[in-house]
Amino acid sequence: MIENLKLIEMYRQMLTIRFFEEKVFELYGQNLVPGTIHLYAGEEAVAVGVCANLRKDDYITSTHRGHGHCIAKGARLDKTMAEILGRKTGYCKGKGGSMHIADFSIGMLGATAVVGAGIPIATGAGLSIKLRGTDHVVACFFGEGASNQGTFHEGINLAAVWGLPVVFVCENNLYAMGTRQSRVMLIQNIADRAVAYGIPGVVVDGNDVLTVYEAAHVAVERARRGEGPTLIECKTYRQKGHSRFDPAAYRVKEEVETWLKKDPITLFQKKLFEMGVLTETEAQEMVQEVKKDVDGATKFALESPFPEPEDALEDVYASKEGTATK
Amino acid sequence: MREVTVRDALREALREEMQRDENVFLLGEDIGRYWGGAFGVTKGLAEEFGDDRVRDTPISESAIIGVGVGAAITGMRPAAEIMFGDLSALAMDQICNQAAKIRYMFGGQASVPLVIRTPFGAGVNIASHHSQSLEAWFMHTPGLYVAVPSTPYDAKGLLKTAIRGSNPVLFVEHKLLYPVKGMIPEDDFSVPFGLADIKREGSDVSIVATLNMVHKALAAAEQLSKEGISAEVIDPRTLTPFDKQTIVKSVKKTSRLVVVSEDCKAGGVSAEIAAVVAEEALDYLDAPVKRVAEPDTPIPFSPTLEKFVIPDEKSIVKAVKEIVSKN
Repeated sequence: MIENLKLIEMYRQMLTIRFFEEKVFELYGQNLVPGTIHLYAGEEAVAVGVCANLRKDDYITSTHRGHGHCIAKGARLDKTMAEILGRKTGYCKGKGGSMHIADFSIGMLGATAVVGAGIPIATGAGLSIKLRGTDHVVACFFGEGASNQGTFHEGINLAAVWGLPVVFVCENNLYAMGTRQSRVMLIQNIADRAVAYGIPGVVVDGNDVLTVYEAAHVAVERARRGEGPTLIECKTYRQKGHSRFDPAAYRVKEEVETWLKKDPITLFQKKLFEMGVLTETEAQEMVQEVKKDVDGATKFALESPFPEPEDALEDVYASKEGTATK
Repeated sequence: MREVTVRDALREALREEMQRDENVFLLGEDIGRYWGGAFGVTKGLAEEFGDDRVRDTPISESAIIGVGVGAAITGMRPAAEIMFGDLSALAMDQICNQAAKIRYMFGGQASVPLVIRTPFGAGVNIASHHSQSLEAWFMHTPGLYVAVPSTPYDAKGLLKTAIRGSNPVLFVEHKLLYPVKGMIPEDDFSVPFGLADIKREGSDVSIVATLNMVHKALAAAEQLSKEGISAEVIDPRTLTPFDKQTIVKSVKKTSRLVVVSEDCKAGGVSAEIAAVVAEEALDYLDAPVKRVAEPDTPIPFSPTLEKFVIPDEKSIVKAVKEIVSKN
């Protein structure tokens, strides 16, 4: 059983991700976001359901669609938004942007924009935990598209054979950019691939945060006990297109409508009402609070300066230690 | 001082750093107790430090480096081995997009103290997939350091610096150099990155060479001295960071430059060094810069073919004579 306070916190996080992403979308439309964006709207239950099982000092690795992972792991909204807007006050001082947010102080080891590249890195963090003899856990987020990369095979196999504390979380949103899963895979469940590595593979409804939570709970505790990795596949759907203003014409209307009816936040809200954990009034108040938080973060970001041009030359190397000074 | 081979020097560096710092560990294909690495560099280390710290991996180059990155950003100091430098191509994303860029794209939050040891170089008839010299790929990747030792002293000292540092290092070992002997001190020492070494002093021409080409250049210099030509041989020892000063200073003295590198010519190490001198010391040159490098072909198998493409003492002597006229 999850405590009521925790349930409410999970709900608040999901709302925060949703309103944050809507704000990013709005700012993008106003030409305030340089480059591109990949929004997490619709997939909130995955990041929140998994991260609710993690401690602050546990690790996660993230992807190009990573804002939700950051928020669920406890990243600050203001520094996240500032990074997305390319400001000096962002998490990465404006060097990474939307696709490369990291916060090492909360174990958020960063988002990679190379699909699948985070998988062996998560395995490496798992090896580090094992060698240092701590009881930390790594949650590795990636999409179903990444499961066709060699890094998926190499990284999960190694984590399995070395019994590392990594939970591999596949966010199956059905489309790798515009390519539907059925066009590039004969299997329906990515979790079936776990058999190839001799580890548990679980399929869950990725829009049901409590189901995700329960599956992740089992996997995280198993990892923490030193019993090795698990592959969890969360069936979900991105409510927006792949990036920017992608109209997602490759998706049929009925499919989109079906998934919109399964909106993870609406579903969870209904459940919380039924459970008597949350009232409609409280929910409405929370919406206002969350919007205020997002607005505050946005104000901070918009008022923050851009980096100095010459800052581009910094942070290439850690230090000059061991190098002859020239 | 005592005499050791490059192979022994490398092993000593690994062993001493593993003794000094328990966060240092090794991973790679067949580096453990059964093989000790394809070239025997890690022989005996699994017995001494255990299989946990000398980890045999599956044949998964991308995961070897990715795992190294993940361990490095969470407090460990991995030294990964890629069995042959050519196979670094399989791990290119993890080396160049991840290891090299993580610090930068995350705004300096993370350090990536990862050493990637790998042998380059031709000369043992193992053809196109086991013989290349690919240093230039990694010189072209900001965020990486590239070390290119030619002697046991440099091999041990640079490897220690690499392991102790906080940056990802592509550490090149030339496969013909493993049995080459040289003197090293008894006591602990290290060699800083970014400091070239003048392997032989001279006044008529500067020869800049790396790895096995240092030895060919020294042999050429010896030959040239018999003909009255005094060649200075400079070994940059690291390509990134690159010691421009020592080379420019030498060129100002000799007014002539020959760059010798085992990689192919187009976009290669020799091109970069020649360009640096062109930018910084063109006015001091009395003759065109000469480059001695491999032709732009893959490395062939048959001994007659392979010998033809690798720069040798003769080709260096010839290049020097084209720009130095002594009666």
